[in-house]
Amino acid sequence: MNMIKNKASEREEIEALLPWHAAGTLSRRDAQKVEQALARDAELAIQYETVRQDLVETIGLNESLGAPSARAMQKLMADIEADASTARRVKTSFNLGEWLSDKLSSFSPRTLAWSATAAALAIVLQAGLLAGMFVNEKQGGALFDTASISRSEPAMAGTYALISFAPQASAADITKLMQTYNMKIVEGPSGEVFTVKLAVTGMPKEDLARLIKQLQDEKTVRFVGQKSAE
Amino acid sequence: MQTTTDEALIGRIAGGDKLAMQVLFARHHVRVYRFVLRLVGEPSRAEDLISEVFLDVWRQADRFEARSQVSTWLLAIARYKALSALRKRPDEELDDETAQAIEDPGDDPEVAMQKKDTSVVLRQCLTKLSAEHREIIDLVYYHEKSVEEVSKIVGVPENTVKTRMFYARKRLGELLKAAGVERGWP
Repeated sequence: MNMIKNKASEREEIEALLPWHAAGTLSRRDAQKVEQALARDAELAIQYETVRQDLVETIGLNESLGAPSARAMQKLMADIEADASTARRVKTSFNLGEWLSDKLSSFSPRTLAWSATAAALAIVLQAGLLAGMFVNEKQGGALFDTASISRSEPAMAGTYALISFAPQASAADITKLMQTYNMKIVEGPSGEVFTVKLAVTGMPKEDLARLIKQLQDEKTVRFVGQKSAE
Repeated sequence: MQTTTDEALIGRIAGGDKLAMQVLFARHHVRVYRFVLRLVGEPSRAEDLISEVFLDVWRQADRFEARSQVSTWLLAIARYKALSALRKRPDEELDDETAQAIEDPGDDPEVAMQKKDTSVVLRQCLTKLSAEHREIIDLVYYHEKSVEEVSKIVGVPENTVKTRMFYARKRLGELLKAAGVERGWP
């Protein structure tokens, strides 16, 4: 008697799980239990077929509801601008640690392995630079360049642009972009915007416009604009 | 291509990043809109409400504790907003009347059945369910929420979620039977 009761309640439990099994949101253990029950219980299999029909039509019905107009986003952004909490929260500085941690968390293990190799290479290069500086100093000169600003160049000679990178751009993507266009970061970030040096001399307007357009079409770039002369 | 996770976006929103807010909105606003629309029935009202939902996210992002998915959190806020909006209007409850407002302009179930279009009949019957049943069916089938997540959104125990879903399916079967569709269950 008890065994019959147990079997009935077990069946009810499986019946109740059918919708989640159809939607693929059950744990592996529960999904296996349902699969086994469906294989041995024809009546349950008929019920499962109705669940699958319901699922398909529910998706169809919801998809037919359309989407909100652009007004919803506009209203949201206007509300955010007007919100009292916005002014005190807007970032004024770039947090390198946060940016790196964000990037690293989105990398696959293989990408991370490559990154580790790149990092090791960077350390070797830095060691080389330090050794070079030491030798330089020994020889009487103490000249060195930082990653962004070279002391050997005049402050603002050349052609400059303001650039921000796409959120999904990896460090490798940005490095490749810099190399392709022979650019150098000279300032920033301010917010998420960097100043880059495009050429050591002033560029003709047309050439500059063409280069900016070309950069804007790069996937790595979110925004690029000419930096006005200071 | 790697995409930033919802959780990472929420972290950036908590720091005041408006671009992250736009990305999160772009990712989820259509589903949230449809969920709200099924509850309130009016497209313009649903639009206003989703703006309010995401404004709440902007304000409360620093309090998000990744114990549930971001989409689950959004739907819970959306549900609360929709029900509050409905309560503000007298004579308008979360009932079948609201469902009629967004009902497909197609044939009645009986007429559709005469045309032998089971799919149309089924959709018609889905809109005729009570709000409680409609909501749970949408959350499970369309929003792909687990028993636990539905429990968090609706605010009822997990066993109640399962029972409510069972009765929603049963009711749907009865409506179909009344419209002439026999599926062998219930």
